[in-house]
Amino acid sequence: MTSATAPVPVLAAEQVSKVYSGAVPVHALREVSLVVDPGEMLAIIGSSGSGKSTLMNILGCLDRPTSGRYLLDGVETSGLSKNELAELRNRKIGFVFQGFNLLPRTSALENVELPLLYDRRVSVKEARERALEALARVGLEDRAGHEPSQLSGGQQQRVAVARALVNRPKLLLADEPTGNLDTATSMNVLALFQELNDAGATIVLVTHEPDIARCAKRVIEISDGRIRRDELVKDRLRAAEMAREAAALAEVAS
Amino acid sequence: MKRLVLLLTALRSLLKNRLRTLLTMLGIIIGVAAVIVMVAIGRGAQSRIEREIASMGKNLLTIFSGAAQFGGVSRGGGSLSTLTLKDVDLLREQATLLSGVSPSVRVSSQAVVPGVNWQTTVFGVSPEYFEIRGWKLAQGEAFTERDVRSRSRSAVLGKTVVTNLFGDASPIGAEIRVGKVPLVVVGVLEEKGQSGFGNDQDDVILAPISTVMSRLSGGTNVQQIYVSVAEGKDSTAATEEIRGILRSSHRLGETEADDFNIRSQAEISAAAATTTQTFTLLLAAIASVSLLVGGIGIMNIMLVSVTERTREIGIRLAVGAKSRDVLVQFLIEAIVVSTLGGLLGVALGLALAEVLPKLAPFQTQVQPATVLMALGFAVAVGVFFGFSPARRAAEMDPIEALRYE
Repeated sequence: MTSATAPVPVLAAEQVSKVYSGAVPVHALREVSLVVDPGEMLAIIGSSGSGKSTLMNILGCLDRPTSGRYLLDGVETSGLSKNELAELRNRKIGFVFQGFNLLPRTSALENVELPLLYDRRVSVKEARERALEALARVGLEDRAGHEPSQLSGGQQQRVAVARALVNRPKLLLADEPTGNLDTATSMNVLALFQELNDAGATIVLVTHEPDIARCAKRVIEISDGRIRRDELVKDRLRAAEMAREAAALAEVAS
Repeated sequence: MKRLVLLLTALRSLLKNRLRTLLTMLGIIIGVAAVIVMVAIGRGAQSRIEREIASMGKNLLTIFSGAAQFGGVSRGGGSLSTLTLKDVDLLREQATLLSGVSPSVRVSSQAVVPGVNWQTTVFGVSPEYFEIRGWKLAQGEAFTERDVRSRSRSAVLGKTVVTNLFGDASPIGAEIRVGKVPLVVVGVLEEKGQSGFGNDQDDVILAPISTVMSRLSGGTNVQQIYVSVAEGKDSTAATEEIRGILRSSHRLGETEADDFNIRSQAEISAAAATTTQTFTLLLAAIASVSLLVGGIGIMNIMLVSVTERTREIGIRLAVGAKSRDVLVQFLIEAIVVSTLGGLLGVALGLALAEVLPKLAPFQTQVQPATVLMALGFAVAVGVFFGFSPARRAAEMDPIEALRYE
């Protein structure tokens, strides 16, 4: 890390702890340290209550650690105000939320351009162009005018991915991105992630499904607020093939 | 966030909930329309009263017999008869700021024609009285100075008296008996209607002062002297002039108080104007309450809307909206609702102010200032009541908001 040629890590958590104060303080994270370099595809797994959501919120600059340091793309986040964090999210992070979280009764295009509307450097015209570009990248350029209710689950999630890409983020952060999807569609979305990762995107995805985690290059497992396991995936799944198999199976079954 | 985009976002989200938006607006629409109509009615009444007061005579000063004092207790104006015809003559000779002087005695009496009688008030006056009080003749003629000198038995009737004694027939030349005195009708006054104080100004018979004093009232004192201030002359200066003349006429010493009162029309007008202004203000206040209720309606709906759209707010915050962006977005929604409602309310108010006088005995008068004020108030209500829901939205925690079901 100290050598001049080494790239700046996309994210670096140092001894990050999170305590929820209350009658009984809850230690959601205990001195977690984690470095993710550009081009990685990391899966964070863990059961519910393990602290993986808390970790994701901190990595996504939605929350601040109680102690420890967190650097996103070399920027120290602990001293930042609410609004400065919002700006950081806006410029460096692309979110794919659990359950799509698209604005209802709003066209795919408008959903995708949403992050750019909060970026003062981007003109309205440029926002529109980049939104169309992002939709094209997920293969939905012909659905730009459709509202979420007119799209399938997989299409909705791809719109959400396009929205996460539109600000050209340093980090793509996905929380249970396949939570509400069937296997074939899940694999299609993951294939898209792998394709983006192959093209150089840094991706962190949070999941509880081992199959999904096996599509990543590296997996960390959280339990009781600590990292229990941190290893590279040996037999990485190619989601595109899995999707084809699942589709073929579904055809046979029907 | 870009301003235009914010405005468009707000407009679009209002359009998505058309019925709700309309219902929210309704409170503001009714409030603004109510303010405009109420104030228009108040102003209508005010200008009507002002017109009526003006019809009582231009530049009118009224001199009353003085307040008598018995053991320090004032018995009120007119309780002592101190004014005489001599005072009237002196005023006519000496005053330089007056254009007309008329004495007046008042007698309440029964007017009788064969088969009908009518209780009315007879005023003994001089011919200048018509000019001073702004009375015009509808039929016939007024009596003249000669009639006064000869104590002629001529009378001019008010419209109400004519209607009650003669119905639709022309009374000119007819004989009526007032008390025991027969009078010949020489003229009919134009209608003036009710005075601002509610009495019928047309229920009156005017006769020469000499005739009334010698045959009906008796005595040599007059109750009131009406004078009109000459065009372009100051009524305060005229009042002082009259005081000087009357004080020397009544031989009052330096230390003695006036034994008469002079009241100017301007004072009465001012008093009446104050009354109607209070009335207008009261109506406006009542109407403003409905505007306030409309504002609470906005707040209510905005709170519901903010709660309902918690996820949307969460998404916006997560992808980089700052608190201010969310605040402004919801504030704009509230302002758009209240402004649009205000404009529709203005339209409704103007329409009602136009139609109402045709359905009910009101007069309305719309002033541009009122319209602007009502509109401004509506917008202010939107900002005021929209602020707290918008703030609630802006202060949401993105994590909680995204998790909201």
